[in-house]
Amino acid sequence: MSNLNRMKNIIIEKTLKLDCGKEISNFPLAYETYGNLNEKKDNAILIFHALTGDQYASGINPITKKEGWWNYAVGPGKSFDTDKFFVICANVIGGCMGSYGPGTIDPLTNKPIGTNFPVITINDMVNAQYNLLDYLKIEKLFAVAGGSMGGMQVLQFVSNFPNKAKVALPIACTASHSAQNIAFNELGRQAIMSDSNWKEGLYYEKSTNPDKGLAVARMAAHITYLSKQGLQEKFGRNLQERSDLKFGFDADFQIESYLRYQGSVFVDRFDANSYLYITRAMDYFDLTKQYGGNLSKAFKDTKTKFFIISFTSDWLYPTSENKDIVIALNAIGADVGFVEIKTDKGHDSFLLDVPDFLSTIKNYLNTTYSNINERRI
Amino acid sequence: MKEEFKVISKFIEEKSRVLDVGCGDGILMEYLLKNKVVDVRGLEISKEKVKKCLSKGLAVIEGDAESDLKQFPDLSFDYVILSQTLQAFMSPENVIENLLRVGKKVIVTIPNFGHWKVRLDLLLKGEMPVTKNLPYQWYNTPNLHMCTIQDFYNFCNNKRVNIYKSISLNGEKISNITTSNLKYKNLISELGIFLLEK
Repeated sequence: MSNLNRMKNIIIEKTLKLDCGKEISNFPLAYETYGNLNEKKDNAILIFHALTGDQYASGINPITKKEGWWNYAVGPGKSFDTDKFFVICANVIGGCMGSYGPGTIDPLTNKPIGTNFPVITINDMVNAQYNLLDYLKIEKLFAVAGGSMGGMQVLQFVSNFPNKAKVALPIACTASHSAQNIAFNELGRQAIMSDSNWKEGLYYEKSTNPDKGLAVARMAAHITYLSKQGLQEKFGRNLQERSDLKFGFDADFQIESYLRYQGSVFVDRFDANSYLYITRAMDYFDLTKQYGGNLSKAFKDTKTKFFIISFTSDWLYPTSENKDIVIALNAIGADVGFVEIKTDKGHDSFLLDVPDFLSTIKNYLNTTYSNINERRI
Repeated sequence: MKEEFKVISKFIEEKSRVLDVGCGDGILMEYLLKNKVVDVRGLEISKEKVKKCLSKGLAVIEGDAESDLKQFPDLSFDYVILSQTLQAFMSPENVIENLLRVGKKVIVTIPNFGHWKVRLDLLLKGEMPVTKNLPYQWYNTPNLHMCTIQDFYNFCNNKRVNIYKSISLNGEKISNITTSNLKYKNLISELGIFLLEK
Protein backbone atom coordinates (compact mmCIF):
# COMPACT_ATOMS: atom_id res chain seq x y z
CA MET A 1 0.00 0.00 0.00
CA SER A 2 2.90 2.35 0.73
CA ASN A 3 4.00 1.95 -2.86
CA LEU A 4 0.56 2.81 -4.10
CA ASN A 5 0.65 5.95 -2.00
CA ARG A 6 3.89 6.99 -3.65
CA MET A 7 2.29 6.63 -7.05
CA LYS A 8 1.81 9.94 -8.84
CA ASN A 9 -1.68 10.54 -10.07
CA ILE A 10 -4.13 13.25 -10.97
CA ILE A 11 -7.88 13.19 -10.72
CA ILE A 12 -9.41 14.32 -13.98
CA GLU A 13 -12.50 16.28 -13.02
CA LYS A 14 -13.43 17.38 -16.50
CA THR A 15 -15.98 15.20 -18.25
CA LEU A 16 -14.54 12.96 -20.94
CA LYS A 17 -16.99 11.75 -23.56
CA LEU A 18 -15.97 8.26 -24.58
CA ASP A 19 -16.37 6.82 -28.07
CA CYS A 20 -18.93 4.35 -26.71
CA GLY A 21 -21.13 7.32 -25.80
CA LYS A 22 -20.68 7.16 -22.03
CA GLU A 23 -19.19 10.04 -20.09
CA ILE A 24 -16.66 9.77 -17.31
CA SER A 25 -15.39 12.39 -14.88
CA ASN A 26 -13.44 12.60 -11.61
CA PHE A 27 -11.32 9.64 -12.58
CA PRO A 28 -7.68 8.92 -11.68
CA LEU A 29 -4.79 8.91 -14.12
CA ALA A 30 -1.52 7.54 -12.76
CA TYR A 31 1.75 8.71 -14.26
CA GLU A 32 5.48 8.92 -13.75
CA THR A 33 8.09 11.39 -14.94
CA TYR A 34 11.83 11.14 -15.54
CA GLY A 35 14.35 13.95 -15.86
CA ASN A 36 13.49 17.62 -15.46
CA LEU A 37 11.35 20.04 -17.36
CA ASN A 38 13.61 22.90 -18.46
CA GLU A 39 12.80 26.58 -18.05
CA LYS A 40 11.64 26.97 -21.64
CA LYS A 41 9.44 23.90 -21.13
CA ASP A 42 10.47 22.68 -24.57
CA ASN A 43 12.07 19.36 -23.65
CA ALA A 44 9.05 17.23 -22.70
CA ILE A 45 8.45 13.86 -24.30
CA LEU A 46 5.22 11.95 -23.74
CA ILE A 47 5.70 8.22 -24.02
CA PHE A 48 2.75 5.89 -24.55
CA HIS A 49 2.94 2.33 -23.30
CA ALA A 50 1.89 -0.86 -25.05
CA LEU A 51 -0.76 -3.45 -24.08
CA THR A 52 0.76 -4.66 -20.83
CA GLY A 53 2.98 -1.70 -19.97
CA ASP A 54 2.44 0.97 -17.37
CA GLN A 55 3.77 4.37 -16.35
CA TYR A 56 7.05 2.93 -15.08
CA ALA A 57 9.05 3.09 -18.29
CA SER A 58 12.48 3.45 -16.74
CA GLY A 59 14.42 2.40 -13.66
CA ILE A 60 12.90 -0.08 -11.24
CA ASN A 61 9.12 -0.39 -11.20
CA PRO A 62 8.25 0.23 -7.52
CA ILE A 63 5.29 -2.18 -7.65
CA THR A 64 6.80 -5.16 -9.45
CA LYS A 65 10.42 -4.45 -8.38
CA LYS A 66 11.42 -5.32 -11.94
CA GLU A 67 13.06 -3.09 -14.54
CA GLY A 68 10.76 -0.60 -16.24
CA TRP A 69 9.36 -1.81 -19.57
CA TRP A 70 11.46 0.61 -21.66
CA ASN A 71 14.54 0.66 -19.48
CA TYR A 72 16.77 0.06 -22.50
CA ALA A 73 15.49 3.22 -24.15
CA VAL A 74 14.61 5.62 -21.34
CA GLY A 75 17.15 6.91 -18.83
CA PRO A 76 20.27 9.03 -18.42
CA GLY A 77 22.35 8.93 -21.62
CA LYS A 78 19.88 6.55 -23.30
CA SER A 79 17.75 6.95 -26.46
CA PHE A 80 15.28 9.13 -24.59
CA ASP A 81 18.00 10.82 -22.60
CA THR A 82 16.56 11.88 -19.26
CA ASP A 83 19.62 14.09 -18.62
CA LYS A 84 18.29 16.15 -21.47
CA PHE A 85 14.59 15.45 -21.81
CA PHE A 86 11.64 15.41 -19.42
CA VAL A 87 9.92 12.10 -20.05
CA ILE A 88 6.30 11.63 -19.04
CA CYS A 89 4.48 8.31 -19.13
CA ALA A 90 0.94 7.61 -17.93
CA ASN A 91 -0.92 4.39 -17.31
CA VAL A 92 -3.69 4.15 -19.92
CA ILE A 93 -7.30 4.24 -18.79
CA GLY A 94 -8.48 0.64 -18.71
CA GLY A 95 -5.11 -0.28 -17.21
CA CYS A 96 -4.34 -1.68 -13.78
CA MET A 97 -1.50 0.47 -12.43
CA GLY A 98 -3.46 3.24 -10.75
CA SER A 99 -5.40 4.73 -13.67
CA TYR A 100 -9.13 4.43 -14.05
CA GLY A 101 -9.78 0.80 -14.97
CA PRO A 102 -11.98 -2.21 -14.26
CA GLY A 103 -10.13 -2.74 -10.98
CA THR A 104 -10.92 0.77 -9.72
CA ILE A 105 -13.23 0.85 -6.70
CA ASP A 106 -16.59 2.37 -7.56
CA PRO A 107 -17.34 4.84 -4.72
CA LEU A 108 -21.06 4.15 -5.02
CA THR A 109 -20.83 0.42 -4.43
CA ASN A 110 -17.42 0.27 -2.77
CA LYS A 111 -16.61 -2.59 -5.11
CA PRO A 112 -14.34 -2.86 -8.16
CA ILE A 113 -16.09 -1.73 -11.32
CA GLY A 114 -15.27 -4.96 -13.16
CA THR A 115 -17.10 -5.45 -16.42
CA ASN A 116 -19.32 -2.46 -15.71
CA PHE A 117 -16.31 -0.49 -16.90
CA PRO A 118 -17.11 1.08 -20.29
CA VAL A 119 -15.46 -0.25 -23.43
CA ILE A 120 -12.73 2.27 -24.21
CA THR A 121 -10.75 3.07 -27.34
CA ILE A 122 -7.25 4.28 -28.23
CA ASN A 123 -8.86 7.67 -28.84
CA ASP A 124 -10.27 7.69 -25.29
CA MET A 125 -6.86 6.74 -23.85
CA VAL A 126 -5.16 9.59 -25.69
CA ASN A 127 -7.82 12.15 -24.77
CA ALA A 128 -7.55 11.16 -21.11
CA GLN A 129 -3.77 11.57 -21.16
CA TYR A 130 -4.01 14.98 -22.79
CA ASN A 131 -5.26 16.31 -19.43
CA LEU A 132 -1.88 15.49 -17.95
CA LEU A 133 -0.24 18.09 -20.21
CA ASP A 134 -2.59 20.76 -18.94
CA TYR A 135 -1.83 19.70 -15.40
CA LEU A 136 1.94 19.82 -15.99
CA LYS A 137 1.46 23.14 -17.84
CA ILE A 138 3.15 21.94 -21.00
CA GLU A 139 2.09 24.01 -24.00
CA LYS A 140 3.99 22.04 -26.57
CA LEU A 141 5.71 18.68 -26.38
CA PHE A 142 9.04 18.09 -28.01
CA ALA A 143 7.96 14.56 -28.88
CA VAL A 144 5.41 11.80 -28.54
CA ALA A 145 6.67 8.24 -28.83
CA GLY A 146 5.58 4.67 -28.38
CA GLY A 147 5.74 1.16 -29.79
CA SER A 148 2.92 -1.23 -30.68
CA MET A 149 -0.25 0.05 -28.98
CA GLY A 150 1.93 2.98 -27.86
CA GLY A 151 2.54 3.74 -31.53
CA MET A 152 -1.20 3.69 -32.21
CA GLN A 153 -1.61 6.27 -29.46
CA VAL A 154 1.11 8.39 -31.10
CA LEU A 155 -0.84 8.37 -34.38
CA GLN A 156 -4.13 9.13 -32.64
CA PHE A 157 -2.50 11.89 -30.59
CA VAL A 158 -1.10 13.70 -33.62
CA SER A 159 -4.38 13.40 -35.48
CA ASN A 160 -6.34 14.74 -32.48
CA PHE A 161 -3.83 17.47 -31.61
CA PRO A 162 -2.00 18.24 -34.87
CA ASN A 163 0.48 20.76 -33.52
CA LYS A 164 0.94 19.72 -29.92
CA ALA A 165 4.15 17.76 -30.55
CA LYS A 166 7.11 18.73 -32.73
CA VAL A 167 8.20 15.15 -33.30
CA ALA A 168 6.26 11.87 -33.45
CA LEU A 169 7.83 8.43 -33.19
CA PRO A 170 5.34 5.65 -33.93
CA ILE A 171 7.25 2.38 -33.67
CA ALA A 172 6.23 -1.10 -34.86
CA CYS A 173 2.55 -0.24 -35.13
CA THR A 174 -0.33 0.11 -37.53
CA ALA A 175 -3.03 2.61 -38.43
CA SER A 176 -5.64 -0.11 -38.61
CA HIS A 177 -5.62 -3.28 -36.50
CA SER A 178 -5.47 -6.29 -38.81
CA ALA A 179 -7.75 -9.34 -38.82
CA GLN A 180 -4.82 -11.47 -37.70
CA ASN A 181 -4.20 -9.23 -34.70
CA ILE A 182 -7.88 -9.16 -33.78
CA ALA A 183 -7.82 -12.95 -34.00
CA PHE A 184 -4.91 -13.26 -31.58
CA ASN A 185 -6.56 -10.83 -29.16
CA GLU A 186 -9.80 -12.80 -29.33
CA LEU A 187 -7.87 -15.97 -28.50
CA GLY A 188 -6.51 -14.25 -25.39
CA ARG A 189 -9.92 -12.95 -24.32
CA GLN A 190 -11.54 -16.35 -24.80
CA ALA A 191 -8.83 -17.94 -22.66
CA ILE A 192 -9.65 -15.49 -19.85
CA MET A 193 -13.42 -15.65 -20.19
CA SER A 194 -13.51 -19.44 -20.28
CA ASP A 195 -11.61 -19.65 -16.99
CA SER A 196 -14.31 -20.55 -14.45
CA ASN A 197 -12.75 -18.07 -12.02
CA TRP A 198 -13.51 -15.17 -14.33
CA LYS A 199 -17.18 -15.14 -13.24
CA GLU A 200 -18.32 -12.60 -15.84
CA GLY A 201 -15.57 -10.31 -14.66
CA LEU A 202 -16.74 -10.17 -11.03
CA TYR A 203 -13.89 -12.21 -9.62
CA TYR A 204 -12.39 -9.49 -7.43
CA GLU A 205 -14.45 -10.32 -4.32
CA LYS A 206 -13.70 -14.03 -4.42
CA SER A 207 -9.94 -13.42 -4.35
CA THR A 208 -9.63 -16.20 -6.89
CA ASN A 209 -8.52 -14.58 -10.14
CA PRO A 210 -8.79 -16.17 -13.59
CA ASP A 211 -5.04 -16.72 -13.48
CA LYS A 212 -5.02 -19.77 -15.70
CA GLY A 213 -6.92 -18.04 -18.46
CA LEU A 214 -4.81 -14.91 -18.22
CA ALA A 215 -1.61 -16.97 -18.26
CA VAL A 216 -2.71 -18.79 -21.43
CA ALA A 217 -3.62 -15.45 -23.00
CA ARG A 218 -0.14 -14.18 -22.20
CA MET A 219 1.54 -17.33 -23.51
CA ALA A 220 -0.26 -17.12 -26.83
CA ALA A 221 0.45 -13.42 -27.15
CA HIS A 222 4.08 -13.87 -26.21
CA ILE A 223 4.64 -16.18 -29.17
CA THR A 224 3.38 -13.44 -31.49
CA TYR A 225 5.94 -11.01 -30.08
CA LEU A 226 8.86 -13.23 -31.13
CA SER A 227 10.05 -14.48 -34.49
CA LYS A 228 10.36 -18.07 -35.63
CA GLN A 229 14.07 -17.63 -36.20
CA GLY A 230 14.55 -15.96 -32.81
CA LEU A 231 12.72 -18.79 -31.05
CA GLN A 232 14.66 -21.43 -32.95
CA GLU A 233 17.99 -19.81 -32.12
CA LYS A 234 17.18 -19.26 -28.47
CA PHE A 235 15.46 -22.56 -27.68
CA GLY A 236 15.60 -24.92 -30.64
CA ARG A 237 14.48 -28.32 -29.40
CA ASN A 238 16.47 -28.00 -26.18
CA LEU A 239 15.09 -29.99 -23.27
CA GLN A 240 14.29 -28.49 -19.90
CA GLU A 241 16.53 -29.86 -17.16
CA ARG A 242 16.25 -33.40 -18.44
CA SER A 243 18.32 -35.56 -20.71
CA ASP A 244 15.44 -37.22 -22.53
CA LEU A 245 11.76 -36.91 -23.34
CA LYS A 246 9.49 -37.95 -20.47
CA PHE A 247 6.53 -39.18 -22.52
CA GLY A 248 4.12 -36.95 -20.64
CA PHE A 249 2.72 -33.44 -20.69
CA ASP A 250 5.17 -31.72 -18.41
CA ALA A 251 7.36 -29.06 -19.92
CA ASP A 252 9.85 -31.29 -21.69
CA PHE A 253 11.09 -28.50 -23.90
CA GLN A 254 12.72 -25.26 -22.80
CA ILE A 255 10.31 -23.25 -24.91
CA GLU A 256 7.36 -24.77 -22.99
CA SER A 257 8.93 -23.99 -19.68
CA TYR A 258 9.77 -20.47 -20.83
CA LEU A 259 6.19 -19.78 -21.92
CA ARG A 260 4.75 -21.22 -18.70
CA TYR A 261 7.07 -18.97 -16.74
CA GLN A 262 6.04 -15.93 -18.79
CA GLY A 263 2.39 -16.76 -18.13
CA SER A 264 2.88 -17.27 -14.41
CA VAL A 265 4.77 -14.03 -13.74
CA PHE A 266 2.32 -12.05 -15.83
CA VAL A 267 -0.70 -12.89 -13.66
CA ASP A 268 1.07 -11.42 -10.63
CA ARG A 269 1.22 -8.00 -12.21
CA PHE A 270 -1.75 -7.75 -14.54
CA ASP A 271 -5.50 -7.73 -14.18
CA ALA A 272 -7.49 -10.05 -16.44
CA ASN A 273 -10.29 -7.54 -17.03
CA SER A 274 -7.75 -4.88 -18.01
CA TYR A 275 -6.43 -7.35 -20.56
CA LEU A 276 -9.92 -7.70 -22.03
CA TYR A 277 -10.52 -3.96 -22.22
CA ILE A 278 -7.15 -2.97 -23.61
CA THR A 279 -7.06 -5.66 -26.29
CA ARG A 280 -10.56 -4.53 -27.29
CA ALA A 281 -9.35 -0.95 -27.62
CA MET A 282 -6.56 -2.15 -29.93
CA ASP A 283 -9.02 -4.14 -32.05
CA TYR A 284 -11.28 -1.13 -32.44
CA PHE A 285 -8.36 1.01 -33.61
CA ASP A 286 -8.82 1.99 -37.24
CA LEU A 287 -7.54 5.50 -37.83
CA THR A 288 -8.02 5.09 -41.58
CA LYS A 289 -11.74 4.44 -41.08
CA GLN A 290 -12.00 7.34 -38.63
CA TYR A 291 -11.00 9.53 -41.56
CA GLY A 292 -13.31 8.05 -44.13
CA GLY A 293 -10.84 5.57 -45.57
CA ASN A 294 -8.15 8.15 -46.27
CA LEU A 295 -5.38 7.95 -43.67
CA SER A 296 -3.69 11.08 -45.04
CA LYS A 297 -6.62 13.13 -43.78
CA ALA A 298 -5.75 12.12 -40.21
CA PHE A 299 -2.59 14.19 -40.51
CA LYS A 300 -3.64 16.91 -42.90
CA ASP A 301 -2.99 19.88 -40.60
CA THR A 302 0.10 18.61 -38.88
CA LYS A 303 3.53 20.21 -38.90
CA THR A 304 4.88 17.38 -36.76
CA LYS A 305 8.06 15.64 -37.92
CA PHE A 306 7.44 11.89 -38.09
CA PHE A 307 10.01 9.17 -37.64
CA ILE A 308 8.57 5.72 -38.22
CA ILE A 309 10.43 2.54 -37.38
CA SER A 310 9.63 -1.08 -38.15
CA PHE A 311 11.52 -4.34 -37.66
CA THR A 312 12.35 -6.97 -40.29
CA SER A 313 11.20 -9.92 -38.17
CA ASP A 314 8.03 -8.31 -36.78
CA TRP A 315 5.13 -10.28 -38.29
CA LEU A 316 2.54 -8.88 -35.89
CA TYR A 317 2.94 -5.25 -37.03
CA PRO A 318 4.90 -5.89 -40.21
CA THR A 319 6.89 -3.32 -42.17
CA SER A 320 4.14 -3.14 -44.81
CA GLU A 321 1.64 -1.76 -42.26
CA ASN A 322 4.17 0.76 -40.94
CA LYS A 323 4.93 1.75 -44.52
CA ASP A 324 1.24 2.45 -45.13
CA ILE A 325 1.58 5.25 -42.59
CA VAL A 326 4.69 6.57 -44.37
CA ILE A 327 2.82 6.51 -47.68
CA ALA A 328 -0.16 8.39 -46.20
CA LEU A 329 2.20 11.04 -44.82
CA ASN A 330 4.13 11.38 -48.08
CA ALA A 331 0.87 11.82 -49.93
CA ILE A 332 0.31 15.09 -48.07
CA GLY A 333 3.94 16.18 -48.07
CA ALA A 334 4.40 15.70 -44.34
CA ASP A 335 7.90 15.57 -42.90
CA VAL A 336 8.60 11.87 -42.49
CA GLY A 337 11.58 9.62 -41.92
CA PHE A 338 11.35 5.84 -42.03
CA VAL A 339 13.69 2.93 -41.47
CA GLU A 340 13.21 -0.80 -41.09
CA ILE A 341 15.67 -2.13 -38.52
CA LYS A 342 17.19 -5.54 -39.20
CA THR A 343 16.74 -7.88 -36.25
CA ASP A 344 15.47 -11.40 -35.52
CA LYS A 345 13.87 -10.39 -32.22
CA GLY A 346 10.38 -9.98 -33.69
CA HIS A 347 7.79 -7.47 -32.55
CA ASP A 348 9.44 -7.36 -29.12
CA SER A 349 12.49 -5.69 -30.70
CA PHE A 350 11.33 -2.25 -29.62
CA LEU A 351 11.53 -3.32 -25.96
CA LEU A 352 14.87 -5.06 -26.23
CA ASP A 353 18.53 -4.23 -26.54
CA VAL A 354 18.70 -3.64 -30.29
CA PRO A 355 21.66 -1.25 -30.59
CA ASP A 356 20.86 0.01 -34.11
CA PHE A 357 17.36 0.92 -33.05
CA LEU A 358 18.36 2.55 -29.77
CA SER A 359 21.22 4.58 -31.23
CA THR A 360 19.25 5.81 -34.25
CA ILE A 361 16.47 7.15 -31.99
CA LYS A 362 18.99 8.75 -29.67
CA ASN A 363 20.82 10.53 -32.49
CA TYR A 364 17.59 11.53 -34.22
CA LEU A 365 16.11 13.08 -31.08
CA ASN A 366 19.29 14.86 -30.02
CA THR A 367 19.99 16.30 -33.49
CA THR A 368 16.39 17.26 -34.11
CA TYR A 369 16.15 18.95 -30.72
CA SER A 370 19.22 21.10 -31.39
CA ASN A 371 18.17 21.77 -35.01
CA ILE A 372 14.80 23.05 -33.83
CA ASN A 373 16.52 25.25 -31.26
CA GLU A 374 18.84 26.65 -33.91
CA ARG A 375 15.75 27.18 -36.07
CA ARG A 376 17.35 25.25 -38.86
CA ILE A 377 14.09 23.38 -39.38
CA MET B 1 31.59 16.14 -55.77
CA LYS B 2 31.66 19.68 -54.38
CA GLU B 3 31.28 21.11 -57.90
CA GLU B 4 28.36 18.86 -58.64
CA PHE B 5 26.63 20.07 -55.48
CA LYS B 6 27.34 23.68 -56.40
CA VAL B 7 25.73 23.25 -59.80
CA ILE B 8 22.71 21.44 -58.36
CA SER B 9 22.31 24.05 -55.64
CA LYS B 10 22.42 26.82 -58.26
CA PHE B 11 19.58 25.16 -60.19
CA ILE B 12 17.33 25.20 -57.13
CA GLU B 13 15.28 28.22 -56.20
CA GLU B 14 14.89 29.34 -52.59
CA LYS B 15 11.95 28.10 -50.54
CA SER B 16 11.30 25.12 -52.74
CA ARG B 17 10.48 21.52 -51.90
CA VAL B 18 13.20 19.07 -52.91
CA LEU B 19 13.34 15.28 -53.03
CA ASP B 20 16.77 13.65 -53.23
CA VAL B 21 16.33 10.18 -54.71
CA GLY B 22 19.16 7.87 -53.69
CA CYS B 23 20.33 10.40 -51.12
CA GLY B 24 23.06 8.14 -49.67
CA ASP B 25 24.54 9.53 -46.44
CA GLY B 26 22.59 12.75 -46.97
CA ILE B 27 25.60 14.95 -47.80
CA LEU B 28 23.84 16.70 -50.67
CA MET B 29 20.77 17.22 -48.46
CA GLU B 30 22.97 18.78 -45.79
CA TYR B 31 24.71 20.93 -48.38
CA LEU B 32 21.37 22.24 -49.63
CA LEU B 33 20.04 22.87 -46.11
CA LYS B 34 23.19 24.80 -45.29
CA ASN B 35 23.18 26.92 -48.43
CA LYS B 36 19.51 27.37 -49.21
CA VAL B 37 16.18 27.80 -47.52
CA VAL B 38 14.64 24.59 -48.77
CA ASP B 39 12.51 21.71 -47.53
CA VAL B 40 14.48 18.58 -48.42
CA ARG B 41 13.40 14.94 -48.26
CA GLY B 42 15.38 11.86 -49.15
CA LEU B 43 14.77 8.33 -50.41
CA GLU B 44 17.52 5.76 -49.95
CA ILE B 45 17.66 2.00 -50.38
CA SER B 46 20.52 1.18 -47.98
CA LYS B 47 19.47 0.69 -44.34
CA GLU B 48 22.90 1.74 -43.11
CA LYS B 49 22.77 5.00 -45.02
CA VAL B 50 19.17 5.70 -44.00
CA LYS B 51 20.17 5.27 -40.35
CA LYS B 52 23.03 7.72 -40.88
CA CYS B 53 20.64 10.26 -42.41
CA LEU B 54 18.08 9.86 -39.64
CA SER B 55 20.82 10.19 -37.04
CA LYS B 56 21.49 13.58 -38.57
CA GLY B 57 17.81 14.43 -38.22
CA LEU B 58 17.21 14.35 -41.99
CA ALA B 59 13.77 13.40 -43.30
CA VAL B 60 14.79 10.29 -45.18
CA ILE B 61 12.72 7.20 -45.86
CA GLU B 62 14.06 3.76 -46.63
CA GLY B 63 12.86 2.65 -50.01
CA ASP B 64 13.62 1.64 -53.57
CA ALA B 65 13.15 4.33 -56.20
CA GLU B 66 11.96 1.71 -58.68
CA SER B 67 8.98 0.74 -56.53
CA ASP B 68 8.57 3.47 -53.91
CA LEU B 69 8.43 6.63 -56.01
CA LYS B 70 4.83 5.80 -56.84
CA GLN B 71 3.73 6.80 -53.31
CA PHE B 72 4.55 10.44 -54.02
CA PRO B 73 1.71 12.37 -55.62
CA ASP B 74 2.04 14.11 -58.99
CA LEU B 75 4.12 17.30 -58.92
CA SER B 76 4.49 17.11 -55.14
CA PHE B 77 8.04 18.49 -55.25
CA ASP B 78 9.52 21.53 -56.97
CA TYR B 79 12.70 19.59 -57.69
CA VAL B 80 13.56 15.93 -57.68
CA ILE B 81 17.27 15.13 -57.73
CA LEU B 82 18.87 11.95 -58.98
CA SER B 83 22.60 12.23 -58.45
CA GLN B 84 24.72 9.59 -60.19
CA THR B 85 22.33 6.71 -59.64
CA LEU B 86 20.36 6.48 -62.89
CA GLN B 87 22.76 3.88 -64.24
CA ALA B 88 22.14 1.56 -61.27
CA PHE B 89 18.43 1.02 -61.88
CA MET B 90 16.83 -1.99 -63.53
CA SER B 91 14.65 0.34 -65.52
CA PRO B 92 16.09 3.87 -65.81
CA GLU B 93 13.29 4.64 -68.25
CA ASN B 94 10.55 4.04 -65.64
CA VAL B 95 12.50 5.88 -62.96
CA ILE B 96 12.89 8.99 -65.14
CA GLU B 97 9.20 8.87 -65.98
CA ASN B 98 8.33 8.76 -62.28
CA LEU B 99 10.77 11.54 -61.43
CA LEU B 100 9.12 13.75 -64.02
CA ARG B 101 5.71 12.88 -62.61
CA VAL B 102 6.66 13.68 -59.00
CA GLY B 103 8.81 16.75 -59.63
CA LYS B 104 8.00 19.96 -61.44
CA LYS B 105 11.66 19.98 -62.41
CA VAL B 106 14.11 17.11 -62.32
CA ILE B 107 17.88 17.28 -61.85
CA VAL B 108 19.79 14.26 -63.13
CA THR B 109 23.53 13.81 -63.02
CA ILE B 110 25.23 11.00 -64.91
CA PRO B 111 28.80 9.74 -64.94
CA ASN B 112 29.70 10.10 -68.62
CA PHE B 113 30.66 6.82 -70.32
CA GLY B 114 31.66 8.87 -73.36
CA HIS B 115 34.65 10.47 -71.60
CA TRP B 116 37.84 10.00 -73.61
CA LYS B 117 39.60 8.01 -70.84
CA VAL B 118 36.76 5.50 -70.86
CA ARG B 119 36.84 5.26 -74.65
CA LEU B 120 40.61 4.90 -74.66
CA ASP B 121 40.60 2.16 -72.03
CA LEU B 122 38.30 0.02 -74.15
CA LEU B 123 40.05 0.91 -77.41
CA LEU B 124 43.64 0.33 -76.30
CA LYS B 125 43.39 -2.26 -73.55
CA GLY B 126 40.29 -4.01 -74.83
CA GLU B 127 39.06 -4.14 -71.22
CA MET B 128 35.99 -2.71 -69.55
CA PRO B 129 36.98 0.77 -68.34
CA VAL B 130 37.86 1.36 -64.68
CA THR B 131 38.25 5.05 -63.82
CA LYS B 132 38.07 7.38 -60.82
CA ASN B 133 34.35 7.94 -61.39
CA LEU B 134 33.67 4.34 -62.41
CA PRO B 135 35.90 2.37 -60.05
CA TYR B 136 34.22 -1.04 -60.44
CA GLN B 137 35.15 -4.18 -62.34
CA TRP B 138 32.61 -5.52 -64.83
CA TYR B 139 31.70 -8.39 -62.48
CA ASN B 140 30.99 -6.31 -59.37
CA THR B 141 29.67 -3.05 -60.74
CA PRO B 142 26.27 -1.86 -59.52
CA ASN B 143 26.02 0.10 -62.77
CA LEU B 144 23.66 -1.82 -65.01
CA HIS B 145 22.91 0.86 -67.59
CA MET B 146 25.85 3.12 -68.34
CA CYS B 147 25.27 5.87 -70.86
CA THR B 148 27.04 8.81 -72.41
CA ILE B 149 25.97 12.44 -72.40
CA GLN B 150 25.03 11.97 -76.07
CA ASP B 151 22.91 8.92 -75.18
CA PHE B 152 21.10 10.88 -72.51
CA TYR B 153 20.42 13.70 -74.98
CA ASN B 154 19.01 11.21 -77.47
CA PHE B 155 16.90 9.61 -74.76
CA CYS B 156 15.40 12.95 -73.74
CA ASN B 157 14.67 13.82 -77.34
CA ASN B 158 12.93 10.51 -77.96
CA LYS B 159 10.89 10.85 -74.77
CA ARG B 160 10.08 14.49 -75.52
CA VAL B 161 11.67 15.55 -72.26
CA ASN B 162 12.76 19.15 -72.28
CA ILE B 163 16.41 19.66 -71.27
CA TYR B 164 16.23 23.04 -69.65
CA LYS B 165 19.89 23.33 -68.74
CA SER B 166 22.86 21.04 -69.17
CA ILE B 167 26.22 21.41 -67.54
CA SER B 168 29.50 19.61 -68.10
CA LEU B 169 31.84 18.84 -65.23
CA ASN B 170 35.45 18.02 -65.98
CA GLY B 171 37.53 17.97 -62.83
CA GLU B 172 36.71 21.30 -61.27
CA LYS B 173 35.77 22.89 -64.58
CA ILE B 174 32.13 23.76 -65.02
CA SER B 175 30.83 24.61 -68.51
CA ASN B 176 27.59 24.67 -70.47
CA ILE B 177 26.69 21.94 -72.90
CA THR B 178 24.95 23.16 -76.07
CA THR B 179 23.77 21.34 -79.17
CA SER B 180 26.77 22.78 -81.04
CA ASN B 181 29.46 21.64 -78.55
CA LEU B 182 27.72 18.39 -77.56
CA LYS B 183 30.12 16.05 -79.41
CA TYR B 184 33.11 17.73 -77.81
CA LYS B 185 31.62 17.92 -74.30
CA ASN B 186 30.70 14.26 -74.59
CA LEU B 187 34.41 13.56 -75.00
CA ILE B 188 35.82 15.69 -72.20
CA SER B 189 33.11 15.65 -69.47
CA GLU B 190 33.37 13.33 -66.50
CA LEU B 191 29.88 14.23 -65.36
CA GLY B 192 26.79 15.63 -67.03
CA ILE B 193 24.24 17.56 -64.98
CA PHE B 194 20.80 18.12 -66.49
CA LEU B 195 17.79 20.14 -65.46
CA LEU B 196 14.74 18.53 -67.04
CA GLU B 197 11.09 19.37 -67.47
CA LYS B 198 8.27 17.35 -68.91
